[in-house]
Amino acid sequence: MGKSIKIKKGLNINLVGEADKVLSNHVSDTYSIKPPNFHGAIPKLLVKEGAEVLAGTPLFFDKNHEQVKVCSPVSGEVASIVRGEKRKILEIRILADKEIKYEDFGASNPNDLSGDEVKKKMLQAGAWPFIRQRPYDVIANPNQKPKAIFISGFDSNPLAADFDFVLHDKAEEFQIGLDAIKKLTDGKVHLGLRGDHNPTDVLKNAKGVEINYFPGPHPAGNVGVQIHHIDPINKGEVVWYVSPQDVLLIGKLFLTGKYDATRIIALAGSEVLKPRYYKTLIGANIKSLVEGNVKEGLLRYISGNPLTGERISQDDSLGAYHSSITVIPETTESRFFGWITPNFDKLSASRTMFSWLMPNKKYSLDTSLNGEDRAFVMTGQYEKVFPFDIYPVYLLKAILTEDIEKMENLGIFEVAPEDFALCEFVCTSKMQLQKMVREGLDLVHKEVG
Amino acid sequence: MKFLRDYLDSIKPNFEKGGKLEKLHSVFDGLETFLFVPRHGAQSGAHIRDGIDMKRAMFTVVIAMIPAMLFGIWNTGHQHFLTLGMFAGPLDGLMDKLMFGLIKVLPLIVVSYGVGLGIEFLFAQLRGHSINEGFLVSGLLIPLCLPVEVPLWMVAVATAFAVVIGKEVFGGTGMNILNPALTARAFLFFAYPTKMSGNTVWINTSAENGQALVDGYSGETFLAQSIQSSSNYVNVAGVPYESAPDAWMNAFWGFIPGSIGETSVVAILIGAGVLLFTGIGSWRIMLSFFLGGYVMGLIFNAWGANEFMQVPAIYQTFMGGFFFGMVFMATDPVSAAQTNVGKWIYGFLAGFLGIMIRVFNPAYPEGIMMSILFMNVMAPLIDHYVVQANVNRRLKRVKVSNQ
Repeated sequence: MGKSIKIKKGLNINLVGEADKVLSNHVSDTYSIKPPNFHGAIPKLLVKEGAEVLAGTPLFFDKNHEQVKVCSPVSGEVASIVRGEKRKILEIRILADKEIKYEDFGASNPNDLSGDEVKKKMLQAGAWPFIRQRPYDVIANPNQKPKAIFISGFDSNPLAADFDFVLHDKAEEFQIGLDAIKKLTDGKVHLGLRGDHNPTDVLKNAKGVEINYFPGPHPAGNVGVQIHHIDPINKGEVVWYVSPQDVLLIGKLFLTGKYDATRIIALAGSEVLKPRYYKTLIGANIKSLVEGNVKEGLLRYISGNPLTGERISQDDSLGAYHSSITVIPETTESRFFGWITPNFDKLSASRTMFSWLMPNKKYSLDTSLNGEDRAFVMTGQYEKVFPFDIYPVYLLKAILTEDIEKMENLGIFEVAPEDFALCEFVCTSKMQLQKMVREGLDLVHKEVG
Repeated sequence: MKFLRDYLDSIKPNFEKGGKLEKLHSVFDGLETFLFVPRHGAQSGAHIRDGIDMKRAMFTVVIAMIPAMLFGIWNTGHQHFLTLGMFAGPLDGLMDKLMFGLIKVLPLIVVSYGVGLGIEFLFAQLRGHSINEGFLVSGLLIPLCLPVEVPLWMVAVATAFAVVIGKEVFGGTGMNILNPALTARAFLFFAYPTKMSGNTVWINTSAENGQALVDGYSGETFLAQSIQSSSNYVNVAGVPYESAPDAWMNAFWGFIPGSIGETSVVAILIGAGVLLFTGIGSWRIMLSFFLGGYVMGLIFNAWGANEFMQVPAIYQTFMGGFFFGMVFMATDPVSAAQTNVGKWIYGFLAGFLGIMIRVFNPAYPEGIMMSILFMNVMAPLIDHYVVQANVNRRLKRVKVSNQ
């Protein structure tokens, strides 16, 4: 039994459209890998349009670290390479075969391998990009040694996939994945589990890792919060983190020798007719998933959850790190005197609306900002939902003024954009905090390295 | 409301860049967003957002001030008729008192909002940003912290000073150092002291035909009376209160002369309840402010060198602008300390110094305005040390882990 660390600050956002715990299969014709998903990586293509690839064939590598390769999730033909401004590579589209053929990387037991051998295999088979690091929230630098590796065993974001459901019958792959990850550090591997209710045995019985419980509201499941409360990152230190589905991916690589990019995703949101779980692959096109399964009207499709996810179109693909697709209504009308009306259908962390009367009510929120951009005025607002020993507004102001020394002093190494998502949600001034933090991290990364 | 929406949409192009009324873009935007919360969607970052916005936050404060404003309107009439020897009971002549108060107070509010919003609109247009909601609060605070007899043109000048020098030169709402409403009050206090203090400014004593001031008339506030005696108080008609506790009950309810909105502790506490319940006002500042004033009062009680010091600590807080300053002025999020620890220090010192200045300053027996303004200036310094402590904690962690 590990430590239990109560997270007191935060906010659970209850939304309509949670996925039912029913698993269906989803097969798509096309799959897209988007280099911009791998923030910070500079993609260098390894395939051309028309090339035949197998599942596990590298599509591009990162110019910063040439060993880091991103592989194709399916076998098929590279249909097109979509480029944006300055010929930036946006997407690599693959037309999938009916039957997936895999590259064979050879099965092996990670416990019999050295750390370097594990690392080499993961780099070779395209499993490395799923190991990410703090500071900077980018793909882990394979040349460094992390002081610890963290895995958050639950996602407390609204409408997020329930990893208890995803993992409940995958004890073997998960454990082998953990065994492999353990080889990558001399320090500990920490597994953070939900403290409010009982997690699946697969997580509870995981061996070789330190298990800690985090009762409390969102963002208790954010890995950054867990790192901060167990082993905070100081300047010069590096911590790696892996998401549970990526542990499975790594586990399957060692178990079968294949790059198996299977993802179990939650299709959720108030506009989905039958919200449920689907077994699909990274990069799957969602069109066949949502067509006929969503309500009428102008909709926002999100790869990921509504707080941190990425906006995509209906004919677009699942992001590399995401475990859910969320569909919520776009805002379509302006509200007459909306700033003074009771707004029973709106959720607010303050008590200026009536959502405090109904703490268990589920809301169907649209994408409205519910206001306009303003300067910082309210104080103490972020602190209520930000469980770090960091002064968020001071850190943000240091980012705005591009003062790197101040950013370091105020704790930029410990945070990632997602840690500010709740602050962004509650912000009265409607500031784009996640974007600001991302820019701050990029600046420090460039200057400090 | 669709016709209104459609109408706004139809005239909107005139105010966009290149339209013939481009110069009025901010005004149009202000009006449009006042009527309709715009359909701006979240383009990046979190796709869903909290229902609150700045307009709602600011308007909550305005709602919180309404009890104090209504009470002030009534009390303006009440004090007026008391000096004429009429309607002595609180409920006697209720309509007369309200009407009289309304006639006196409404012009102050209109002038304050008119001048302030006019300047805000102008600056918003010149700088090309949207109109900020901060003045919705300041515009009501300014008249409520002034004596009723202040001339309208002075209110206009003070408001202009507060908005331009107190706020806009720093970059507008959110950037100012001093509380704008208190800046207006301080400006008047130093520029026109005879209209801001003394025995003649708190009550309107104009008498119509057939009316006359009562013989014992005294326009002194409780604060002024406290210099002479901490136990014998008279009301504006010169009638002594039965006992000191009776006098303090009157002060608690607010049946005493003073600035328009500041007299009734009860009305202000209702507002405090609104602010604290909605989470818009900081309970840390309010509580520590009260404790600061109370502790200073206790220290003076123990010292007891003069009559003023002997005023029981709890009653000290009922007088003057203590509660008004505590609930509406000190809690201004922009000019107050911003860290939670800083708020405790800031509030405590503001209350503590307020009572201290009040008792020590023989020229003008009210110190809350000065203490809050002083602590406004000090707030960034307090925050600096609080944040620095956090930085040091982090640096220490590095050293420990390096050993």
